[in-house]
Amino acid sequence: MPQVTYVSHNGERTTLDVPLGTSVMQAATLHGVDGIVAECGGSCMCATCHVYVEDDQLAKCPEMELGEDAMLDGTASPRKPNSRLSCQLVMTPEMAGLVVTMPETQT
Amino acid sequence: MAVARVVIVGAGHGGFQIAASLRQNGFDGAVVLIGDEPHLPYQRPPLSKDYLDGKIGFDLLQMRPEAFFADQRIELVMGVGVTAIDRSAKSVSLSDGKRVPYDHLVLATGARNRVPPLPGIELDGVCYLRDLAETDALKERLGSCRSAVIIGAGFIGLEFAAIARGKGVPVHIVELVDRVMARVVCPDTSAHFGREHQKTGVEFSFGARIERIGGEGGKVSHVTLGDGRTLPADLVLISIGVVANESLAAAAGLAVENGISVDEQLLTADPHISAIGDCASFPSRHSQRNPVRLEAVQNAADHARCVVNRLVGKPHAYEALPWFWSEQGALRLQIAGLTTGFQQVVLRGDYEKGEYSAFCYAGDKLLGIESINRPADHAFARRLLAASRGVSPAEAADLSFDLRAAAMARPAS
Repeated sequence: MPQVTYVSHNGERTTLDVPLGTSVMQAATLHGVDGIVAECGGSCMCATCHVYVEDDQLAKCPEMELGEDAMLDGTASPRKPNSRLSCQLVMTPEMAGLVVTMPETQT
Repeated sequence: MAVARVVIVGAGHGGFQIAASLRQNGFDGAVVLIGDEPHLPYQRPPLSKDYLDGKIGFDLLQMRPEAFFADQRIELVMGVGVTAIDRSAKSVSLSDGKRVPYDHLVLATGARNRVPPLPGIELDGVCYLRDLAETDALKERLGSCRSAVIIGAGFIGLEFAAIARGKGVPVHIVELVDRVMARVVCPDTSAHFGREHQKTGVEFSFGARIERIGGEGGKVSHVTLGDGRTLPADLVLISIGVVANESLAAAAGLAVENGISVDEQLLTADPHISAIGDCASFPSRHSQRNPVRLEAVQNAADHARCVVNRLVGKPHAYEALPWFWSEQGALRLQIAGLTTGFQQVVLRGDYEKGEYSAFCYAGDKLLGIESINRPADHAFARRLLAASRGVSPAEAADLSFDLRAAAMARPAS
C-alpha cells in the first residue's frame, strides 16, 4: 500500500499507509495525525486541511481544480507555491512516498 | 485558580474540540467527554451529504480513532446522558446513576430537532436528519421510497432533496414561508436555489401549512395541507430547524434565552461553567454584541478553542467570524458573516449562470457575503469580514474592483 509522510510544523514525522482512493486528509484524521483540522470534513469548503507538498512531488499530485485554488487564498497560514488542500489529494499509485508538511496553524 | 479536571457534556464538534484542544495546549489534568450517543465522536455535516448518499461510511465520519482518546488520556463516557448539574458540589449526575465531579464544566449539549405538534407525527415513516441513528434510518427508507414529502426548506431539507432526486425519488417540499432558506439567505439566493431545485424535479408548496400527516396501518401514506390538498408520501422528513438543549442549564439555575446565556468569553454566570456551540447564546462581535445562537461546525469548534485558551490561562473574548456552508447537488453555498437585518443586496458575478456572490449591507456596513459556486469570493469574504474591512456597495458591484487585493491587504487589526 502506498505511504504518505506527514511532517508537523516542528518537524515530527508520521508515516501512514494510505489506501488508493483515500485522501491525504482522510488518512490523517483517521489516524489522529495532529495538524490537519479538516473542519468541513473534506468538502473543500473550509481551507483547514492545508499542507505544503515537497516541490519535486507536486507534479505527481492530482491537478488543482478551481475550487481548491480559490479556497487556498483563505488559509490561516501563508499560501505558498506548493500549498494544497489535503482533502483534494486523493491517493494514486504515482503519489506513493508523498511527503507533506503541515503549516503552523490551520485556524 | 488551577483547573485540574474538565468535564464536557456533549461529544459533538464542540465537545470533541474542547478535549482535543486541551491536550494540544498542554493541559495535563483530567478530561472527561460525556456523550449520549453510543458512537465515538463523529462529524455531522457529511450525514446529510456524502454519508446519506452512500459515498462514505462511518469510518470516515469519525473525528479520531478510538486509540487517539486513550493516547490523549481523554476519558470517553459514551451512550450516557447527563441528568443534572449540582453547582454547589461541582458535579454532574449521569443517567446510569453515577456522579462525575468537575473543576470546570463545559456544556456542549447542542440542539435537537424541532418537532411540530401535527396529527400523525408518530407514524412510521416520519424521519429526521440530525444524528447518525436518524440518518441510518432515513437512508434505509430512502432505498425503497416511492415519494417523499419534506417539511421545511432549510439547509437540511434541501440537501436531502438533492440526494433523493439523485436517486430518482419524487420529492415535494412544503414550506411555511414564501421562499427557501428564508432565515439565512437573501431573496435573490432563495430564488436561485428554488429554481435550480425545480429544474431537478423538486416540487414546492410555499406559504403552505400542514394539516396532518396521514397513514394506514401505522405507516405514513400522505400529507394533508391546510388548503385541503393531499400529497402522497411513504417518507416524510421533518426539517423545520432545531431548538437548543438548554434544560440542563436552566434546571441548574443558569440563565437561558434561546440558548444558554454566556458572556464574551463564553462563560455562564457560574465561573465554573462554560457553554459552547449550538446550545450557547453569546454576544458576537459580528452581531454588534447582540446575543446570537449559531448552528455551525465553525462556531462550535472556534468556541471550543476560545474556552480552552481561557482554561489554560490565555483568556480572550470570542471574536471569530461565523461562516457556513451547504452542498445541494451541484450547488455550493458558502456564507461568511451574519447577514441578519440586511437592507440592501449587491450581486457580483453571473447570477443567471449561478456563479455569483451576494453582498449584504445594512446602510453602508457590509454584514456578510453569500457565495454561490464562487469559492474565491468566499475566501476573500472571510478575510475582509474578519478584519472588519468594508467593501462599498459600488465596489462590490464593479467587477473591475480587485476583491483579492482588498482582502489580501489585511491590516493588523
